[in-house]
Amino acid sequence: MAFSTKEFSAPDTIAKSHGALEKASQTQDLLGEKLILNMGPSHPATHGVLRLILEMDGEVVTKAIPDIGYLHRGDEKIAENMHYNQFVPYTDRLDYLAPLANNVAYALAVEKLMGWTLPPRGQAIRVICCELARISSHLLGVGCMAMDIGAMTVFLHTFTEREKVYNLCEMLSGARFTTSYTRVGGQTRDVPPGFLAAVRKFIDEVLPVVDDVDSLLTRNRIFVDRCRDVGVITKEQAIAYALSGPNLRASGVDHDLRKRQPYLGYETYDFEVPIGSIGDCYDRYLCRMEEMRQSVGILRQVLDRFPDGPINVEDAKNFAPPKTTVLTKMEELIHHFIVHTEGPDVPAGEVYFGAENPKGELGFYINSKGGGTPHRMKIRSPSFVNLSVLSEILPGSMMSDVVAILGSLDFVMGECDR
Amino acid sequence: MALLDSIPWFLVFTSLGKTIFLVFLVVLPMVSYTVYAERRVSALIQDRLGPNRTGFPLTLLGFKKDFSPFLGGLGQPIADAAKFILKEDLTPGHVNKPYFWLAPALAMMPALITLSALPFGSEFMGVKMVVADINVGLLFMFAISSVGVYGIVLAGWASNSKYPFLGGIRSTSQMISYELCMGLSAVPVLLVAGSTSLSKIIDYQVHEGWLLLPITDGKLNLRELLLFLPMVLAFITFTISMFAETNRLPFDLPESESELVAGYHTEYSSMKFALFFLGEYTAMIAGSALTVVLFLGGWHLPFIPDGSHGPIWGAINIASFFGKVAVLLFFFIWVRWTLPRFRYDQLMKLGWLYLFEIALVNIFLTAGILAFTH
Repeated sequence: MAFSTKEFSAPDTIAKSHGALEKASQTQDLLGEKLILNMGPSHPATHGVLRLILEMDGEVVTKAIPDIGYLHRGDEKIAENMHYNQFVPYTDRLDYLAPLANNVAYALAVEKLMGWTLPPRGQAIRVICCELARISSHLLGVGCMAMDIGAMTVFLHTFTEREKVYNLCEMLSGARFTTSYTRVGGQTRDVPPGFLAAVRKFIDEVLPVVDDVDSLLTRNRIFVDRCRDVGVITKEQAIAYALSGPNLRASGVDHDLRKRQPYLGYETYDFEVPIGSIGDCYDRYLCRMEEMRQSVGILRQVLDRFPDGPINVEDAKNFAPPKTTVLTKMEELIHHFIVHTEGPDVPAGEVYFGAENPKGELGFYINSKGGGTPHRMKIRSPSFVNLSVLSEILPGSMMSDVVAILGSLDFVMGECDR
Repeated sequence: MALLDSIPWFLVFTSLGKTIFLVFLVVLPMVSYTVYAERRVSALIQDRLGPNRTGFPLTLLGFKKDFSPFLGGLGQPIADAAKFILKEDLTPGHVNKPYFWLAPALAMMPALITLSALPFGSEFMGVKMVVADINVGLLFMFAISSVGVYGIVLAGWASNSKYPFLGGIRSTSQMISYELCMGLSAVPVLLVAGSTSLSKIIDYQVHEGWLLLPITDGKLNLRELLLFLPMVLAFITFTISMFAETNRLPFDLPESESELVAGYHTEYSSMKFALFFLGEYTAMIAGSALTVVLFLGGWHLPFIPDGSHGPIWGAINIASFFGKVAVLLFFFIWVRWTLPRFRYDQLMKLGWLYLFEIALVNIFLTAGILAFTH
């Protein structure tokens, strides 16, 4: 069969709009010795669809332009077209490695606008959600970083533990991955019987694995050589670029929203916030390792004093009543119908709430003109902000450092591109 | 007639037989089963199952039941080979075709050729178990194995694509640097054994004890005791260089999958890719075999006589040789799934600043000890 190949002109907007790259290479690279390497959007080390345009002099990166947006879905616009509870499943898809924490952060933001505070049991459940999500996300973050550096085994060991977190998610919400567990004003359901014991079993099992990873990597000479003084983000840079989460704390900034602006009763739990000193890949790795241990500590405290009582707010008009009463009582049936078609009646006003998610500060800015639908919603996603520092820290490092840095920044493109 | 008579038929046929035995009955199956072992051992290390299903489909041949041997998955290498052969062999349009086609052959062939000088047993039915017992066997092996770098360099260059190109460049400098360390770290062995013939080196170890384990001949004298340290040093530097030469983790920079996607064989598919794959494992086997010959006494086991006492002993010698190789291969696999990968400059630093110096000093140390105990 005869066929012909035809050249299509695919407009590479980033490479062309950044005429800066071409100009720079014209002035600095008179001999034409530099190589423009296109890393991504489908590259094993970019964890999703990040694209980096690297200008390389041999193995050394001289310029780096990150290109994002390959996973853009318009979540913020979508939010304007549905009521608050309908948006919960979209939050699963933000940081899809820690969906429970996203659910909680979103629900807390809307609840702040409503002026609601959850009863103690509801708050305790949410703390469990957040910390499980943190452990799950950090396990993957550390594992992926190790895999990028070449230690495949660590990745598979941590992944085995993450499966256990997924089992817990399944017990809790019925879904392993896209949990959609919270609603504005509470949760979809109470913890199932046996869940607390299962969490206790999990945290007993995860610590030895964290120790295993510790013994495989932390003092491994090759690993330390690959990470130490690589991708250093100074304290000033970290603040200037508004980093958050472990990436910020590894640079020596003591900023954890769970301590600074406590929510969900975090002020009543006893935990430490690990702080790095240099801000290199090694510090970021160590911070994540220690945060996992602290999360286990928080989980123990929650389980030890898990309160009884209601899990949702008592507001018949704005929170869906329990199903048993919906099927038997007239008024509850009406409320059920109203809440599920029009959403909670949120007052007019605007609110910003940032939660300390595994990747950093996940913030929701909601501008409401009253009613069940937000007028405007802005999601401040930690991965997006954390990635902004890339073009600052990549130049000067080697090709192998690039993957180590990307691994240590621990980003998720689903959240970055929204 | 005179021409036919002048040909040493016995030598020709035994050489042919040995080549066929070594390449087709031992090394190629060993390569495919090393790949299988790699997958099973990595699964063991990573708490997974690995390939444990594929048996031999005997029902296709009219038998009542399929045959799935005790561990399961032993049919996997055969299925893999069939898959590689049946895959579409794609040559991208942008490559430099002659070199692109030549490179896989150049990756596989040198590794196989090096095996020709390798004594893999003592004697079997009066035939020496080495294809070509040349008196510069070690130099021959180094010379041929250094040709192997061409396969990778040409693959990287001919692919005409950036990631393979970077992989090719990395491997050039890596293999050339570490070849030097490898050669230098083998020199103490030559000094001790007094020959570059691999058979002579084994003979020496049979009579005086393995170089790494001088106790195997049942006695220990001052010379052996003093030589123990330089031999251990030589063994360590030699093994590390061997890892680098065969592009195994922690030195697998040319094909580091998280950085360069697949390095120099990114653009290859089907059997051409498989040749790189086989070449890597053949080089690994050849390297392990050379380590066994140089440091671990070759085919020798204590209390087992050589093949001149009967064919059964000859067969045991061959088995013990490949058993030692298998242990080293397991070590290769074990290290790969435990350690992270070096960075390019750290690799060069390790090679030139540490291993090279240690190997060099080690030569003088050995020579000094030999002169002292002479």
